[in-house]
Amino acid sequence: MDSFIQQIAAGLANGGIYAAIGLALVMIHQSTHHINFAQGEMATFSTFIAWALIQQGFPYWAAFFITVVASFVMGVLIQRIFLKPVEKAPILTNVIVFIALLVIFNSIAGWIFDHNIKSFPSPFSTENFFRSNYFSAHQLGSIAVTLIVLLAVFSFFRFTPIGLAMRAAAFNPESARLVGIRVSWMLALGWGMASLIGAVAGMMIAPVVFLDPNMMSGVLLYGFAAALLGGIDNPWGAVLGGVILGVLENLLGAYVIGSDLKLTMALVLIVAILIFRPYGLFGKPIFSRV
Amino acid sequence: MKLLEVANLNAWYGHNQVLFDLNFHLNIGGITTILGANGAGKTTTLRAICQSVRTSGALTFLDKRIDATATEDIVRVGIAHVPDGRGTFTQLTVEENLRLGAYTRIDRGEVKCDIERMYERFPRLKERHRQQAGTLSGGEQQMLAISRALMLRPKLLLLDEPSFGLAPLIVKEIFEIMREINREDKVSMLLVEQNATLALNLADHAYLLETGKIVLSGASENIKSDESVRRVYLGY
Repeated sequence: MDSFIQQIAAGLANGGIYAAIGLALVMIHQSTHHINFAQGEMATFSTFIAWALIQQGFPYWAAFFITVVASFVMGVLIQRIFLKPVEKAPILTNVIVFIALLVIFNSIAGWIFDHNIKSFPSPFSTENFFRSNYFSAHQLGSIAVTLIVLLAVFSFFRFTPIGLAMRAAAFNPESARLVGIRVSWMLALGWGMASLIGAVAGMMIAPVVFLDPNMMSGVLLYGFAAALLGGIDNPWGAVLGGVILGVLENLLGAYVIGSDLKLTMALVLIVAILIFRPYGLFGKPIFSRV
Repeated sequence: MKLLEVANLNAWYGHNQVLFDLNFHLNIGGITTILGANGAGKTTTLRAICQSVRTSGALTFLDKRIDATATEDIVRVGIAHVPDGRGTFTQLTVEENLRLGAYTRIDRGEVKCDIERMYERFPRLKERHRQQAGTLSGGEQQMLAISRALMLRPKLLLLDEPSFGLAPLIVKEIFEIMREINREDKVSMLLVEQNATLALNLADHAYLLETGKIVLSGASENIKSDESVRRVYLGY
């Protein structure tokens, strides 16, 4: 029974990370209707920045916040430099840019920081929390940090004028321009925020899976599955999808399919959702009127 | 000084030229209408003013050239557009739509008062202020579109077929409110309409557009009594 609860706890912690990556994907999808395949590698790269800062002797939280800001700027710049020129291009052009970004970030990370697996510190102690056997302090801390970030993102969209403008630009770019919103800059902001969320997710998962240039490739798949499970246009759905997926993954891995097939499960889930319920559990089916 | 002066305006969709050398002007405080059949270029004329199509020619708004201004900056000179199809942000609430109309304004306190004023003018919007705008009826959405545009406190309001698809009673209500807005808030208007009778009754000046060219212009009274206009556009 104890190990069962432990599996759920570990699942919740991982699920938070998947939720964050899923949310980052949803954010870019909502405003551009594209899936950013490079989301995972960008997060890995951000995590390397944090690692390098910590190596330089920065305290953990200083490195954390510098990385968060740097990742935001990086996201904005990527949109400005690589995606703005293809904003009006066919979807395939954008997909190729995403794949190029994936490869570029992966190789640059390997080139600068080499391919050796590195351990990444957790700001939370690795000992059990209050002598509880269920959660490690890192798991609890990681859930808390992820929750704080998600709440901050939701409040930003819900309560600030810029957040409102970003939603307006995503829903109806044509009208947004007519009320004076600089739509292209809103996309850049969206990229910045997605990159920021990815960075936090990367820094939270790195102590568990260790840091190397391919760290996020598996996590990104779970992120996809989370976003699809919740409905690719539904931010809350992506978060819930991530949590469900994290718990499911751990329980199935521990009791049914073994840990080797965990990633396969994410892939099976993606295919199943696309076939049987393409709009996800919480998304709305799209009907078009003639 | 004219509110807007349009000189040799051409416009294209891709390679197709839609407007040919339009010359017209709008007076400060006036209501001008552009009449014409489907495909004559009425909507395109409004889009050309907002620079959301490719154009050439000179647009002078209150002595300032605006023909090289980006669409998102046109509102910043004081031109609000109620586009064709109303341009409602259907997934956002009524109140959020109104707040977006004032996106470029910095006087946040005044914006709040203006929202209240819109609710006074259109009480039905107040009743539904937390509803998704997409759930409103056609007439309510048109009221919302006009209110959203007014939230800018514009000098010029561009209106693209505000009567489209609405019941006659609602159209009458909306046109009366537009007259009121023009008189009380001193907002000048450029109105594009297929319903010529309605438009000529509201406007003081009219232009007639045929396949991208202006073929007739004058005071609404004179246009109304023009034999050919009466037969083709007024239908009696």
